[in-house]
Amino acid sequence: MIEHLLQSPPGWIHFLIFFCLGAILLAIVLGFVTYAILAERKVLGFMQIRIGPNRIGGRFGLLQTVADVFKLLIKEDIIPKLADRPLFILAPILAFAPSFLVLAVMPFSENVKFADIGVGLLYYIAVSGISAIGMLLGGWASNNKYSLLGGMRSAAQMISYEIPLVMSVIGVILFTGSLNLTDIVEGQKHVAYMFLSPIGFIVFFISSLAELSRTPFDLPEAESELVAGYHVEYSGFRWAFFMLAEYVYLFAMASLMTVLFLGGWNPIPFLGFIPGVIWFALKFSLIVFIMIWIRGTFPRIRADQLMEFAWKVLLPLALLNIFVSAAVKELFLK
Amino acid sequence: MDLYNVYQNNYLIVAVFLLLGILLPVGALTAGRLLRPNRPTKEKATTYESGIEPFQQSWIQFNVRYYLFALLFVIFDVETVFLYPWAVAYDELGLFALIEMAIFVLLLTLGLVYAWKKKVLKWN
Repeated sequence: MIEHLLQSPPGWIHFLIFFCLGAILLAIVLGFVTYAILAERKVLGFMQIRIGPNRIGGRFGLLQTVADVFKLLIKEDIIPKLADRPLFILAPILAFAPSFLVLAVMPFSENVKFADIGVGLLYYIAVSGISAIGMLLGGWASNNKYSLLGGMRSAAQMISYEIPLVMSVIGVILFTGSLNLTDIVEGQKHVAYMFLSPIGFIVFFISSLAELSRTPFDLPEAESELVAGYHVEYSGFRWAFFMLAEYVYLFAMASLMTVLFLGGWNPIPFLGFIPGVIWFALKFSLIVFIMIWIRGTFPRIRADQLMEFAWKVLLPLALLNIFVSAAVKELFLK
Repeated sequence: MDLYNVYQNNYLIVAVFLLLGILLPVGALTAGRLLRPNRPTKEKATTYESGIEPFQQSWIQFNVRYYLFALLFVIFDVETVFLYPWAVAYDELGLFALIEMAIFVLLLTLGLVYAWKKKVLKWN
């Protein structure tokens, strides 16, 4: 039925169906964010020998995040008098919209996918770059010294780590010969690309942590030095959208990593009877868990180490990876 | 004709996602307006500066130390623009293009080494 729909000329009925399907995905993503925050707090709690949230919603604090969101919804909305009002209002929207927009090309299984466009990977990288503008804009529009410095820092970190991030996937593109994310997963039928391009995988993983501004790269939100970075002046739901964007990117980045390096919905040999969506969810959850684990165990990197690490370590490694991948392709995949 | 429709429909999905991504914040903030209190005072609307009276604006001229990183970013981002099509078409291009790409990457690496030696990447 979907095949037929895609092959007929686009019209309002298509728009309506796509809108409903997109809204379902949005609801799933919001559900993920709600429970990812709870999972993060719980896992961090157990790692620090605490219990974590356990009051609202039964023993496991299942409604804690829901309560937090409602609290934010009824918070007074304060826009400083000196702030640039239109840009101040625009910034959270500009930061959030791309984070959901990138999910349009993500294939979750053979059947569960949305836009199947030829330049999927390039689209992801191009669109996710827009969020850095949202953060810089938020920092600038607040007319606050902390937030201006925080915004500058965020933007510098984002662009520095974007280079190794985009270079490390060239190995994957070489193996597949396509930028289409479905083709990339199909190409991993026999072996996942994390084994063929281990350097690329490690570089990608580290830079994705920096792109998500998660520990050990959470300098943009270093509470102890910049108060809260680019969103000092934001309160209530405007602030919530910056945070939401961060967690939706966590969803998107973990999905992208699953697709590019862990083989997407392809099963581990002999376990093919388990459906693809479940495989995808398992690999995806593993990455999210490892990211939380890293947050629980790593200290924050220093500002002077941050930039040097991207340009002096990750970038040369990513460049090297291109030619190592070409050699691997010549030797093993021909 | 079918393929053309599939193509158009796929980009319609992207447009729908863009619309949803804008509608959610706009909708949530509008709904919030009905729920949240609004009692503005003069003190609330001042800029936060750790409790002291804010002085001056922050929109002043100052040395943005990160601009050199921005320049480097542009160079290497353009490099990826060349590397992506090459990686996609690798099978058709063959060994000659691989050597060409190696020379191209080497030239840019020289640029990186130059910036490194000039202590551009150093934090001081």
